[in-house]
Amino acid sequence: MDGLFSLIPLIVLFPFAGVVINAFFGRRLMPSRESVAPGVIASLLAGASFVIAVLMAIALLAHPQGAEVPFFTWFSITIGERTLYVPWTFKVDTLSTVMMLIVTGVGTLIHVYAIGYMQGDVEEQIRKRVLWGEEALDFKRRRYSRFFTYFNLFLGSMLVLVTANNYLMMFVGWELVGLCSYLLIGFWFDDPAAGLYNSGAGKKAFIVNRVGDFGMIVALMLIFWTFGTLQFDEVFARAECMQTAPQAECLHILPAAEMGEAAAAEGEHGEEVAHGAAGPLTTPIELGALAVPLGTVVTVITLLLLLGATGKSAQIPLFVWLPDAMAGPTPVSALIHAATMVTAGIYMITRSNVLFAMAPVSGTVVAVIGAATAFVAATIAVAQFDIKRVLAYSTISQLGFMVAAVGLGGYIAGIFHLATHAFFKALLFLSAGSVIHGMEHGHHHAEEHHGGHAAHGHEEAFDPQDMRNMGGLRERMPLTTWVYIIGALGLAGIPPLAGFWSKDEILLDASLNSTLVYVLLTAAAFFTAFYSARQVFMVFFGQGRTEAARHAVESGPVMTIPLMILAALVVIGGAMNLPFEGFHHLGRWLEQSVANAHIGGFNPTVAAISTVLALIAIAASYLLYGRKPLAEGEEDPLRTTGPVFTFLNRKWYWDELYGLIFVTPYNQIGEFLSEIVDWRFWHNFVHDSILTRGFNVFSDILNRPVDTGIVDGAVNGIGRLVYGSSYQLRRTQTGYVRNYALAVALGVVLLLGYIAWRFLT
Amino acid sequence: MFEETAFLVPTSYYVVLSAVLFAIGMAGVLVRRNAILIFMSVELMLNAANLAFVAFSRAFLDQGGQVVVFFVMTVAAAEVAVGLALIVAIFRSKQSIDIDELHEMEG
Repeated sequence: MDGLFSLIPLIVLFPFAGVVINAFFGRRLMPSRESVAPGVIASLLAGASFVIAVLMAIALLAHPQGAEVPFFTWFSITIGERTLYVPWTFKVDTLSTVMMLIVTGVGTLIHVYAIGYMQGDVEEQIRKRVLWGEEALDFKRRRYSRFFTYFNLFLGSMLVLVTANNYLMMFVGWELVGLCSYLLIGFWFDDPAAGLYNSGAGKKAFIVNRVGDFGMIVALMLIFWTFGTLQFDEVFARAECMQTAPQAECLHILPAAEMGEAAAAEGEHGEEVAHGAAGPLTTPIELGALAVPLGTVVTVITLLLLLGATGKSAQIPLFVWLPDAMAGPTPVSALIHAATMVTAGIYMITRSNVLFAMAPVSGTVVAVIGAATAFVAATIAVAQFDIKRVLAYSTISQLGFMVAAVGLGGYIAGIFHLATHAFFKALLFLSAGSVIHGMEHGHHHAEEHHGGHAAHGHEEAFDPQDMRNMGGLRERMPLTTWVYIIGALGLAGIPPLAGFWSKDEILLDASLNSTLVYVLLTAAAFFTAFYSARQVFMVFFGQGRTEAARHAVESGPVMTIPLMILAALVVIGGAMNLPFEGFHHLGRWLEQSVANAHIGGFNPTVAAISTVLALIAIAASYLLYGRKPLAEGEEDPLRTTGPVFTFLNRKWYWDELYGLIFVTPYNQIGEFLSEIVDWRFWHNFVHDSILTRGFNVFSDILNRPVDTGIVDGAVNGIGRLVYGSSYQLRRTQTGYVRNYALAVALGVVLLLGYIAWRFLT
Repeated sequence: MFEETAFLVPTSYYVVLSAVLFAIGMAGVLVRRNAILIFMSVELMLNAANLAFVAFSRAFLDQGGQVVVFFVMTVAAAEVAVGLALIVAIFRSKQSIDIDELHEMEG
């Protein structure tokens, strides 16, 4: 069986192989514009990863304690007594395998869907840019293969994240998915119309995530400082140890394999482990010169981890990037912003459950943040018109449910909801993509047939994602309609779909632990049902409100087959963890790796309240949108609530608030630095006035007095001297023989005179 | 005695005559512009030197001075041949034997 575990590196290597293939050969694999080879390769490799994940699950059935498979040592640094040893080791346990199955399973379906979707999306871009012939083919090749390069890179990165056995490798994956998110959100950064918005959305996601990542990095440093290691098992073992023993004694404790089994066995018998942190944790931890109680350190660590999670999992206060992330192509929205990347925060908190169990304050903060996010985002979703934006806020809201669950210690409920949410949100996003696709087709169709100025007037204003432009699509796109309704009912939490069971488990945990959280989540569930139904009524029922909607067409099988598979999963997905004795499959499975997991129960009252509220919400939605569908150009009936609707439509003014607090001051500081400090001070004053002028003055001195005066003077003087003296000498050469003869005669006279004088004296 | 003294002209007379002749020759060389006259002046200077040689030869009863005079006469003969040829050549090119017209070599 160890043989099976040792296959785990392949789960990451397959997608990375896809990256290499598509990055270097993708273009050559596309002989024509109809070719889909890069997408097929990417999907096959994603599928291969899924096969590996399934093999891991099979291996775990026989060896539930899992395995750690070393791949290679990344680095190992010894500082004093501590060694920072960071291997790339794959951790296969039930938790990581659940994540692998979700990531690769849903990921593969989205890859397959993207084969068809991107084919159309790139064609749409070619049409927008008015490219022809060779140019269009080249554009298609580059962009189509680039998309799947990024897509596989994303999948591989996410798998690095969930298979890591230490915080730093997890952080590597964490950053890589952030990078892929940036690349994919801004994929059409050069779109002729929306390019600036798209690239801005990519940057926003990247920068907002950076804030969370800052928390992660500081948390990692604190973890290493406190526990002397970054490997999950060692951190948790030492954290347990430090509850009773001094820090120094625990620093070299290694997790014994037997310890893990004992803990698992204990977990089955009783709930002691669930809240193992009994009493204040006062063990002093040395932080530089300070000695801080363990409880405080762990609280700080977990709050910083939470900051990381709010960034990646789009929670208050860092959720603002996710709605804008809808600028990416729809498969990106589905893969990153519904099924996988945003779940990283929930995974990370679940993985760190031992630490969170030791910090009850952090747990409460996590739960309240999650519940508040769930409520706020659900209310915002009610008043949105963009089909993908509704889903984006819905995602934030549902992530809030998961965060609230893990904050309350309901790790199984959180992961269960993560799984079911991955199914129905991927389904909803992909169906929305299908709707957008259909609308674009309908729009072109209408344009071709009506032509002229009407189509031109449309060109600027038409938004294929605006639900006010849709309506009546159930006749044009019956398959999409059905899967969308299934997804929406799953989201709304209508039994017996998967969403009901997972949401109910969270609500039950909340009702037992915190009234505030329970009330917020129940209210959020009500709004969830309302906006889901509103969306279905607005998009699929009534009459088409635009020519595009009236001419929309159903998408091809490469897109609809993944939809049907996902729809089936939404219907039966709940079966993996029914709240009845003997059906807690996921719970029993996760218990083996999540120390503080506890099996959920079933409370008919809680279930009845949420179901009845959901039904009321759907009925209300029917009264507003279903009974008398919106006519062409008619306002949303909720507009009658005036400022409330505007408040929700403007997303509680979050973006404006951040604009006021951060963006505007930042821009002002930036402008100040650029205009005053850089331009006026550095450029104009220091550079121009001091450096340039000083240089000019100095070089003037060197030029005129020194160079012209001294150096040139010396050389010219010598020249003039030689010239002058030779001019004088030349005049003795008269050319007259007499003169020479006279000179000779005088010379002789002089010589004779001299000799005579010497002789005589 | 008279005859003897009359016969015996003192050597210094010859030397002075020689010096006078040499000076005349030199003045001729320096002041004349006619090439032939300069040439003649040069001959005069040569002969002044010959006269001095001969006078000293007799005074010191040494034959060496007379030998030198023979050599000088020989060289002077050769010089006349070359010098006249030069003058002819000069005349052919300049149509004149005024040496002041030959100052192309001035600096």
